[in-house]
Amino acid sequence: MSATQPPYKILVVDDEPDLQPLVQQRMRRYVRTGQYQFVFAQNGVEALERLRADDEIVIVLSDINMPKMDGLALLDQIPKVNPNIRSVIISAYGDMKNIRTAMNRGAFDFVTKPVDFDDLKLTIDRTLQQLLEWRDALGARDRLVALQNELNVASQMQQSILPKKFPEGAGFQVFASMKPARSVGGDFFDVMRLEGGLLGLAVADVSDKGVPAALFMMSTRTVLKGAAIGLGSPAEVLQEVNDLLCEDNETAMFVTLIYAVYDPSTRKLTFANGGHNTPVVISADGKATRLPLTGGVALGLVPGLEYQQASVTLSPGDSVVLYTDGVTEAMNESEEEFGMDRLEGLFAESKPATAQAVNEVIFDAVMDFAGDAPQSDDITCMTLRAERRDH
Amino acid sequence: MELSSEHAGGVVIVRAVGRVDGANARDFHEGLEANIGADGESMILDFEGLSYISSAGLRVVLLVAKSLQKQQAKLAVCSLSDSIQEVFEISGFDKIVPVYADASSATAALGN
Repeated sequence: MSATQPPYKILVVDDEPDLQPLVQQRMRRYVRTGQYQFVFAQNGVEALERLRADDEIVIVLSDINMPKMDGLALLDQIPKVNPNIRSVIISAYGDMKNIRTAMNRGAFDFVTKPVDFDDLKLTIDRTLQQLLEWRDALGARDRLVALQNELNVASQMQQSILPKKFPEGAGFQVFASMKPARSVGGDFFDVMRLEGGLLGLAVADVSDKGVPAALFMMSTRTVLKGAAIGLGSPAEVLQEVNDLLCEDNETAMFVTLIYAVYDPSTRKLTFANGGHNTPVVISADGKATRLPLTGGVALGLVPGLEYQQASVTLSPGDSVVLYTDGVTEAMNESEEEFGMDRLEGLFAESKPATAQAVNEVIFDAVMDFAGDAPQSDDITCMTLRAERRDH
Repeated sequence: MELSSEHAGGVVIVRAVGRVDGANARDFHEGLEANIGADGESMILDFEGLSYISSAGLRVVLLVAKSLQKQQAKLAVCSLSDSIQEVFEISGFDKIVPVYADASSATAALGN
């Protein structure tokens, strides 16, 4: 990268011997004060050699008619050495044909002979000004690209912690997926095998989106896993996760979380809801019912809260759908919400045979409904399907 | 989202109209913080004209409640639409921030 601070180095290219002493004489004040530094070449070939040898040159000031390589040919070559160099052409007064050609070949500006040095000074300053702004813009673009790369890494990290393979066993099927709204979202889900053949299921939604939400999500997931494995009941798990998240939570981030434990041997589902959307049970005949709220507050807000839990015994063929508000609050182009009623009505006709099929029916319906409306929130859906155990 | 405010009965009533979501939560936050006085005056958020509030907006409500708490002042919300009432109930926010039916009952409870 060439110099970004004065003195700015300017290459003057002219085959006539009188321009060099004239420039040195008339510009000496600016050279002395350290604004500019001038170097000289006699023709295009020499100019290119100078440019290749000296990457501090920021402006080329060139005559048009020169032996070996003229100014117009030089203009074609300069960007190949350094695309950020700006060129100013010196032409005969009234030579509009060459001036137009020069501008078409990327010259930034022109001055005419005989050179008016006040005008030349203004032209150089304007060229420098544009060059510095251009560099700022390039720098901003590079920083933006770097930031975007970081977001992509965070997004990959986030996707990588979501289970992609789900536990399989007699008496249940489970499937879940998440579609983030931005590159880094605030939803997550988890499926854990627990002692005694039990299954731990979690769906959560962190307030807001972006990198801060993703970081909060990561710590939620970690403390949840620890609590789920160490403790028995969903209510106790939420209590511990809440207390841990409340420590040092100055930013008032919070997470709504539903945590459920399923016992395939009894088909009993015990769940505790921390401020999250109420799950829906789709029975084998397609009828939908909502599980009761357990009155819990979103986690991370108030320490020391006690959480309640409730239980339901599923019938073979029942599907429990845990989801985030990205499903029910998905909007179409008329700004209508997808809503609970649509979700509950989805299975009146079709009766999907697997947990994955239930999940896919919901995702497809939400996508169809939203149409071309932009997705404003992460969409997460998890389905647990209870099945008969034949032994 | 538009905010307007009025001082009455020892409280400041801030009316929010429109939607609060991730895109304007910061404006919402700045607008509310600007209405926090130095004298420990409590705040009532009148959500009668509010059509939607996302979790990012709820977080702002909580941050403002914390700011007020530092000066021994309180925050309450009032005049929630059915859908926002439901958001408050599901998230449990109605257990953290007092909810009143209208501005006058909120003023009666918080004012002096």
